Amino acid sequence: MKPHKLLRLGRFLRPYGLRFLLLLALLMAGNLLSLAAPLLSGKAVDSVGIRAGEADFPGVFRNCAGMLGCYALSSLFHYIVSSRLIRTAQAVSHDLRKAAFNHMSELPVDYFDTHPAGDLISRICYDVDTVNATLSTDLLQLGTSVFTVAGSFLMMLLLSPRLTLVFLVTVPLSAVLTRVQMKRVHPLFRLRSKELGALNGFAEERMACRRSIRTYGVEEADLRLFGQRNDAASKAYYDADRASAALGPSVNFINNLSLAAVSVFGALLYLGGGLSLGSLSSFVLYSRKFSGPIREAANLLAELQASAAAAERVLDLLDEEPEAADPAGALPVERLRGDIRFDHVTFGYDPARPVLRDFTAHIPAGSLAAVVGPTGAGKTTLVSLLLRFYRPQSGTIAVDGVPLDAYSRDGLRRRLALVLQDTWLFGGTIAENIAYGAPGASRERIVEAAKAARIHRFISALPQGYDTVLTDEGISKGQKQLLAIARCLLTDADVVILDEATSNVDTETEGEISLAMERLRQGRTCFVIAHRLATIRGADRILVLDQGRAAEAGTHRELLAAGGAYAQLYAAQFQS
Amino acid sequence: MKTILGYLRPHAPRVAVGVTVKFSAAVQELLLPLLLAHIIDDCVPARDLPAVWRTGGLMLVMAFGAAFCNITANRMAAWVSMDMTRQLRQDLYAQTLSLSQAQLDRFSVSSIVSRLTNDTYNVHQMFDKIQRGGIRAPMLVLGGLVLTFFQAPPLALVQLAVCSATFFSIWLVTRQGIPRYTRAQEAVDTVVRVLRENTSGVRVVKALACQGRERERFAAASLAAKKAEQAAGSVMAAANPLSDFLLNLGLVLVVLAGAALVNQGWMSSGQIVAFLSYFTIIQTATLGLAKLFVKYSKGVASARRIEEVLLSPEDQRARPTGEAAPPGAELGMENVSFSYLGVEKDLDHASFLLKKGKTLGILGPTGAGKTTLAALLLRLYDASGGVVWLGGRDVSTLSRADLRGRFGVVFQNEALLNDSVYENISFLRNLSREDVTAAAKTAQAWEFIENLPGGLDARLDIRGANLSGGQRQRLLIARALAARPGILILDSADSALDYRTAAALHAALRRDFPGVTLVVISERVASLRDADRILVLEDGVISAQGNHGTLLNTCGRYRRMAELQMGGPV
Repeated sequence: MKPHKLLRLGRFLRPYGLRFLLLLALLMAGNLLSLAAPLLSGKAVDSVGIRAGEADFPGVFRNCAGMLGCYALSSLFHYIVSSRLIRTAQAVSHDLRKAAFNHMSELPVDYFDTHPAGDLISRICYDVDTVNATLSTDLLQLGTSVFTVAGSFLMMLLLSPRLTLVFLVTVPLSAVLTRVQMKRVHPLFRLRSKELGALNGFAEERMACRRSIRTYGVEEADLRLFGQRNDAASKAYYDADRASAALGPSVNFINNLSLAAVSVFGALLYLGGGLSLGSLSSFVLYSRKFSGPIREAANLLAELQASAAAAERVLDLLDEEPEAADPAGALPVERLRGDIRFDHVTFGYDPARPVLRDFTAHIPAGSLAAVVGPTGAGKTTLVSLLLRFYRPQSGTIAVDGVPLDAYSRDGLRRRLALVLQDTWLFGGTIAENIAYGAPGASRERIVEAAKAARIHRFISALPQGYDTVLTDEGISKGQKQLLAIARCLLTDADVVILDEATSNVDTETEGEISLAMERLRQGRTCFVIAHRLATIRGADRILVLDQGRAAEAGTHRELLAAGGAYAQLYAAQFQS
Repeated sequence: MKTILGYLRPHAPRVAVGVTVKFSAAVQELLLPLLLAHIIDDCVPARDLPAVWRTGGLMLVMAFGAAFCNITANRMAAWVSMDMTRQLRQDLYAQTLSLSQAQLDRFSVSSIVSRLTNDTYNVHQMFDKIQRGGIRAPMLVLGGLVLTFFQAPPLALVQLAVCSATFFSIWLVTRQGIPRYTRAQEAVDTVVRVLRENTSGVRVVKALACQGRERERFAAASLAAKKAEQAAGSVMAAANPLSDFLLNLGLVLVVLAGAALVNQGWMSSGQIVAFLSYFTIIQTATLGLAKLFVKYSKGVASARRIEEVLLSPEDQRARPTGEAAPPGAELGMENVSFSYLGVEKDLDHASFLLKKGKTLGILGPTGAGKTTLAALLLRLYDASGGVVWLGGRDVSTLSRADLRGRFGVVFQNEALLNDSVYENISFLRNLSREDVTAAAKTAQAWEFIENLPGGLDARLDIRGANLSGGQRQRLLIARALAARPGILILDSADSALDYRTAAALHAALRRDFPGVTLVVISERVASLRDADRILVLEDGVISAQGNHGTLLNTCGRYRRMAELQMGGPV
């Protein structure tokens, strides 16, 4: 266990520190009240008298009423404590989830290319929930245990310092034993959380390709693979449980051992005249009191371990390197003219295999630039670099003569409107999805954008119209693209980027929305990636990308006349 | 719960042994204080040193025995709950594989993911906690009750009444708790959904600089989960203090009743004191049980959610008899209608026929129902009216096994696996590397695969993020071709390909798959023009069909599309 890491969990507990203390105090009060009740019950029994007919009924009633009062109050206190504690623990969990998510949203995009969604879900749901379980019950129990143990220990010390020596042997012994076991168990709990995350990652991935699994009839093979991971996760779960099964009982063993030792040595002391019988029995009473909470606490040890491992996984996520923060003095972006310059840019996701090689291009403000080239030539990579998802390994990209890095990242992104190849809609209503880039847009503007994107008719035919909540099915990729275009139309960005924005839209619809696109392009720099040459014929400048280099650049006419790569691409579309 | 409890049955012997071991551990632990009392009360006053040593030694043995039995029992309990949960999870996953697409849509993928993960975990916890903690407490309650009946039957009746009232109230609280935990789990579904959306949509969210909005969305989902958990927790928090209070009330009643009885001379006040000490034991044990009920109610809520999936009936059985297909029809439809939401018809009285080895092209505006038509051919959904034919048979008479391996399909939104290129093409079918290579070559994917470090063994990122859109699409095409299916459906499979690659792909398909029955859905006339039959779909209706030449002459819409795309009159 690395204590420093768990100490950082303290950041999430600190805001509730006072509340935890108050609850602890209330719990103590409740415990004292329930301790007072037996005294009253003793008095009540005394009032009953020894023989028949001697009962002092008013006394009995008085004391019983007192008992009832004590119990009622103590139950009330306990209810307040446990329900408040659950609330507080949930509040901490909520903070933890939020912190984890907020950090997640700061992570660079490639983090998500290598970390399965299922594993992240596992951290933010399962691991946080494990921590929550500890906070809502175990922590307080531990608090009370420490309290009672300390109190009883003090009493024992006062009664017989010599007999307490027994505990000076057994307490450190159990501490060492616990420590040794914890060290052994901890990696197992970490593995358990990790394997569970991996299993979830697998399940999540496979859920997304259900249709293929079904069509190819490979359910059995898929189930077998799931089975392997399930077995691994279950084994890891059991291994941690098995190893930690000894934690509680072994502490209890030493605890019981000390009970035996106390009685034997106490008896020896008494027989040697070193202790009175009364002191001995009180001492034994206290040592039994001492052992109760230790028993409780010992049984919690395994859960605390599981929680610690879970907390570490959440904290690990918080430790992931986020996208570099904007440097001090980053330019806030009010408006861009949209003059884009790529200057000798070289970039590869794997630096050893550059996708863009020494790429140089200039897109003047207000112009329509089209990028064409075979698949895998690096077209989408250009967009990713412009959006600062990645940094080029060498060379610079400048907008309006200022290097990209000098801008505030989000400010820059806000001035770019884009429709990406991979359309994305979230599980909200259609209206919310269209207004995603322009929060607060009126319904009229949303409808107007949808009409311009030729998706209005489809939406109005839905039973809930614009308030239909989108799901995975029932909407085609082409329709998603149209929604993304409507979304783009609502923004007031200065640079428009269309990466295969209409690849799944039919030509006629594409023709119909071209007017809207025309309007969108007005006064803006537009950066279009497309295969359909009809889409790009009218571009001011066409960049032909081949193997990461700008192979050709010019207008449609110029490039056709040059008879190079572009002319070949163009011919391919119309021959067959 | 019945189904879930069924998972316990194969483990019954082990559970019985575990319970016995746990029981003996509890007995030994309970004997320890008695032995202690024996030393203090009997041996010490009698100055019997050997007896002190003897009893002390016995305590040591018992302490050791208790620890040993507890460890063993805990391990057995852990094993049983692990194995049950493993089996449950396995069956749940298997069930999701056999759910129809319509059922899957209804549950939503996020909810299924959450049931597979969070709910199985809750059930695991429930099984584990009940096995570990559910022995000692009931044993003490029952034992205590029996003992008190021997001591003072009238007072024991009071106690029995109080205990019944207590368990009744715990039951009431639990009953309130379960639906609240169900709502809490539903709230977790939403958290899972937002998380999934944010991992798959991270590029769009960042590009639109909307991380702030997403944080708000997540915070709202998380807050709802927090509130729902708090609501459930607040109810369940009542179980403990409530039963505590009821039991204490019983204590007061016992004292009062005892007072009357003593006054009547029916019992001595000493008996009340002895009775009270037993009562305390029962009380502590009952409180332990109340704690278990929190885990129980959470577990039951989750178990029901799992059962809901497990018990979903198979909704696409193969019907025994169907309509005979017209002779020679490999694929076809007759008056087929279908609607996803049951409101607007996504496909309306579609009819067409295609002979074996022929090519069908489907063209139509976005949202016209092209993909829906393909989904019905694959029997991903069942038509609400009409007949779909496949291989000369009514598709509703075909089981999943009948359909297996007949198709190669490229779906529009299919994701690649975070695995090797080979595995992405072979896709769990254990195809030979030669077949995979050949398919990759036909799909025009071989050239870029060769250039990847590791070639076929190169590992793809999640959803194939380290490939370009066109490369991903070609891998999916290779996957569809690799097992050399009799029918191939390409749904906009070339949308991300440049025209030269697309043309090469279609030429290679004709060359390498001469006998295949091909269905091509495309926005590109160029990809369809060689089809034997082309369907023009508009608003779910097949508005025209014929070959390229016929349609150019008879269908205005088709001609317009062709002209638009070919850059002039054809």
